[in-house]
Amino acid sequence: MTKAKLMQGNEACTLGALAAGLDFYAGYPITPSTEIAELCAEELPKVGGKFVQMEDEIGSAAAIIGASLTGRKTMTATSGPGFSLMQELIGYAGIAEVPIVIVNVQRVGPSTGQPTSPAQGDLMQARWGTHGDHPVVVLAPGNVKECFELTVKAFNIAEDYRVPVVVLTDEVIGHMREKVVLPEQAELKVSRRKMPEAPGGYKPYEADDDGGVPLMASFGQGYRYHVTGLFHDETGFPSNKGDITDRFLRRLCRKVEKAEPVIRDYVTESTDDCEVLVVAFGSSAMSSLSAVRQARAKGVKAGLFRPKTVFPFPEEALKAIAAKAKRIIVPEMNLGQLALEIERLAGCKTPVERLSKVNGELFKPEEILARVMGGAK
Amino acid sequence: MRTEFRLSGSGGQGLLLAGIVLAEAAILEDKNAVQTQSYGPEARGGASKAEVVISPEDIDYPKATDPDFLLALTPESYKSYGPLMGKGTIIVDASVPLNPEIKARTLSIPILKTASEDLGKKVVANIVALGALAGVSGIVAEQTLALAVKNRVPKGTEELNLSALKKGFELAKAARA
Repeated sequence: MTKAKLMQGNEACTLGALAAGLDFYAGYPITPSTEIAELCAEELPKVGGKFVQMEDEIGSAAAIIGASLTGRKTMTATSGPGFSLMQELIGYAGIAEVPIVIVNVQRVGPSTGQPTSPAQGDLMQARWGTHGDHPVVVLAPGNVKECFELTVKAFNIAEDYRVPVVVLTDEVIGHMREKVVLPEQAELKVSRRKMPEAPGGYKPYEADDDGGVPLMASFGQGYRYHVTGLFHDETGFPSNKGDITDRFLRRLCRKVEKAEPVIRDYVTESTDDCEVLVVAFGSSAMSSLSAVRQARAKGVKAGLFRPKTVFPFPEEALKAIAAKAKRIIVPEMNLGQLALEIERLAGCKTPVERLSKVNGELFKPEEILARVMGGAK
Repeated sequence: MRTEFRLSGSGGQGLLLAGIVLAEAAILEDKNAVQTQSYGPEARGGASKAEVVISPEDIDYPKATDPDFLLALTPESYKSYGPLMGKGTIIVDASVPLNPEIKARTLSIPILKTASEDLGKKVVANIVALGALAGVSGIVAEQTLALAVKNRVPKGTEELNLSALKKGFELAKAARA
């Protein structure tokens, strides 16, 4: 174990990326994510990596896709306005099966919104921001240490399944500093994409129909192949044949479905006998945890379910806990996005109450506590 | 048992750094500490606030809910946060006119004047304030805070900042007497 340090969420994300092998960062700085770009600019040259400040976020996302195709582990970081610009490229990374990591430190939106205030309004955008059915994984750290851990995990998922992974934090988590003891490098599991052994007969998109992950060659290593955002066959060249399109899209999305039991991650507090279940992610979950503890101290059987993998959502785990609850409350700093998932998963058995806050401030625990204690509204 | 600090003033006064140093000192003493901030889009001049929560136990909620100590360096911050004070103590710069309707225990301390006149540098007001805050609260030892200051201030300014810290502790002592 290393020594305890006072560390910021954005700093922990960056150190996690470096520990996972980040060696190429392209980005366009934006509040409240800027510290990630700053620290990458400082640290990457020391480990032989590259930092590029791009002209905008479209260029940033494109650059990390290109660099990933040459075998680099790549990341960019942004906030709402930049994340919107990156959506087209997230679809491209999905269909071309290029591992990338994008950190989105959420602020109030839409548009330029409120640059320095926290929000959680990009949740559904992180899952559905680009068009068409597509594979993407979204992880949501709930404290500074998890910024480190989940960024390492994001790289591993990107490499193992060749999918874009979004690390979804917010202004509170990104800027908060707390006492952290980081794991030693030797304790970490670090994945690397599976590569072909020799160029002869390499088919870049050949994989099992049941969510298989093709071997990934690096450009510049003697492999000659084609990468496109068009639907393609196993050679990588475009095809508009119906059966190829159908099989390919099903395999792409099946990759994430199949990964779910492996990458599933969530934490619970006092859910064994809970009657009032609070479901929250990211910084809202810190206020929720405090509210749940205070409710317990007052004799109310409250519990907290906090997903760390928000997409794919840990469905079975939530359903099992929700089935025993009498009420479910979903506090979130948006007008009800996570609540949509919870209503879908548990709403037919247990009433789901939305609790929204969109004034650019983190929930106070008593606001959640009042709802827990006060009954349905 | 949580102890909550709210450091408020104007952007550019270095309150965020003061908050970071306070949190770091607490960690050096093996306590838990969380520091958060809120500020406007301006680089300087807008309202700025840093909060620090220190506890020997696990800290779930990172922000101040009912601060034990409020530092207010400007009339605006005193006006915004002073009335919210319940159980805690207000440390306000002596240049700020006091409002008799604010009933919380209040110590009026010449922080800005000490920095600009005694130390000759307006920019170290944040560290003077930090010394005063730590002296009044007794949350961390002076030598721990001195170590944290040395770790976090720009190279070459350590001595100036350490004198500022010492002045702050002296002001706290005078104010409590």
